[in-house]
Amino acid sequence: MLSRASLSAREVEGAVEAPRQAARRRAFWRSEWFLFILFVAPNLLLFGVFSYWPMIANVQLSTVRWDMISPVRTFVGSANFVYLFNDVVFRMVLRNSLVFTAGAVGGSLLLGLATALLLNQKLRWRNGARAVLFAPTLLSGAAIGIVWVYIFDPRFGLLARIIGAVGINSPNWLTDPAWAMPAVIIVYVWKNVGFSTVIYLAGLQAIPKDLYEAARVDGAGVLWRFRSVTLPMLSPITFFLVITALLNSFQAFDIIKVMTEGGPVDATNTLIYYVYEQGFVAYNAGRAAAAALVLFVIMFGITLVQLRYAEERVHYA
Amino acid sequence: MPERLRWPSVGEVVSYALMALAVVIIGLPLLWMLLGSLKTNQEIYTLPPPWLPQTWRWENFVDAWNAAPFGRFYFNSIVTTLAGTGLELVNATMTAYAFAFLRFPKKEWVFVLLLAALMIPNQVTILPNYLTLSDVFGQSWINTYQGIVLPGAATAFGAFLLRQAFLGLPREVLDAAKVDGCGHLRLLWDIVIPLARPVLVTFGLISLVAKWNDYLWPLIVTNTQEMRTLTVGLTYLFDQEGNTNWGPVMAASLFVIVPLLVIFAWAQRHIIEGIAAGATKG
Repeated sequence: MLSRASLSAREVEGAVEAPRQAARRRAFWRSEWFLFILFVAPNLLLFGVFSYWPMIANVQLSTVRWDMISPVRTFVGSANFVYLFNDVVFRMVLRNSLVFTAGAVGGSLLLGLATALLLNQKLRWRNGARAVLFAPTLLSGAAIGIVWVYIFDPRFGLLARIIGAVGINSPNWLTDPAWAMPAVIIVYVWKNVGFSTVIYLAGLQAIPKDLYEAARVDGAGVLWRFRSVTLPMLSPITFFLVITALLNSFQAFDIIKVMTEGGPVDATNTLIYYVYEQGFVAYNAGRAAAAALVLFVIMFGITLVQLRYAEERVHYA
Repeated sequence: MPERLRWPSVGEVVSYALMALAVVIIGLPLLWMLLGSLKTNQEIYTLPPPWLPQTWRWENFVDAWNAAPFGRFYFNSIVTTLAGTGLELVNATMTAYAFAFLRFPKKEWVFVLLLAALMIPNQVTILPNYLTLSDVFGQSWINTYQGIVLPGAATAFGAFLLRQAFLGLPREVLDAAKVDGCGHLRLLWDIVIPLARPVLVTFGLISLVAKWNDYLWPLIVTNTQEMRTLTVGLTYLFDQEGNTNWGPVMAASLFVIVPLLVIFAWAQRHIIEGIAAGATKG
């Protein structure tokens, strides 16, 4: 950019410089730099307001006691975190999150791999089966949760109907603290297993056939071929699925809200539900923000691991 | 085809049985919902409950529709889903084009900014975003469409996905267009977008499904019945009628689910293969 002084100096030259300067200005407005800013700005602006700023605000909020209504926010330092880590309920929330995540990730990956191996054979209707398995992943967790409350009904539900036929009494799935967590994990796995199936299936179909041939020539049996060819070749996909499922299951809210509201007696209260409950039911902004930061740190850690290893091919991991 | 005539091997029989089992386990709960939506209360609450309704009670759908303003919920869901998906698509396309084809000093630093956004899940930001929207230059955007849509209108995932796709477009076509004096806007609109259409459709569908099913944020940011989206409205109906009136509640669940099932039936191949390709190549 020209300074005012050089501008006036050049004004003497007048007629020759002015158009060139105008052209230069026009060139900037048409330049790639300007277009780049124009194209990227809306996205980054929205991220600034609704992603970056909230992280700063979360840190601020986590140091106050505030009911979200009163004009006064009382600064309490680290008291919210101290409270959380000494609180029996919050410890249970952390444990619940781990159990839920382990069950949800383990269940959907193992069953996803099993179904993918099944559908990788030349079976008729296998594309139809793949579509049925995938369909629930697209459906509303809130609606699916409601459907499963009906299915889990210990007297009139589908499951009671099925196991009742064999003479077994249904547990009180959603009102018994021992059964509520398995119940929400079942629903999560039921809803999401098709995603793992589809991704694993694509991975299986991408494994070169001659690898299996070579293993066969070496005298490897079915199980050995699975261990020495299939699993290592699938490891980047397994890695991708583990990370995706971890992140998703830590954010699973709708199923839990609809089916158990974190209960009974906090048996299914997970981190994301706790953040919601503290913030928007108990109006305890400080604790909600502190819990949200704990959730963020966990998920940030997972993402860092992903970025660290995403580029490396993890065949032999 | 002589192969068809031979007896199936034991392995094949087992495979078909397992495949049928998997389909039943996933399909039966959905069928139970459909059958439940057509049963009378008397059928639902007998022991043991019958599998099929005696007469199909379509009135459950009418009852559900009248129990809450579902017409309004549909309208709200359609408006917020279309606006949210549209904004995400525009944002993703422009950002991806900028990173793929435009020169800018220290572009990789801007890229890191975008990458950082990927690490901040929406669920962590609900409380500050609620506070931000309750005071936008002195106005409250709580309980408004822009309040529902804007926090989810930016996308890092979409930008990365499309940038990958744009970089994979045939260079000769792009270069030829440039030689012909094609500017960036023309290039984007006439060449890049049509060529990358399959990826744009895949991303659009992923975004559409997420917006339609979104629950936590609309639950928080709406506070009157007229502003609720379908998912939120459904759960309010469930809170009132669930366990005592399953027929209409199942019917209402179908209100939420059926539009996506229709889209899925129509674009099944495209969705599944798009998602599989995105995951295995990315």
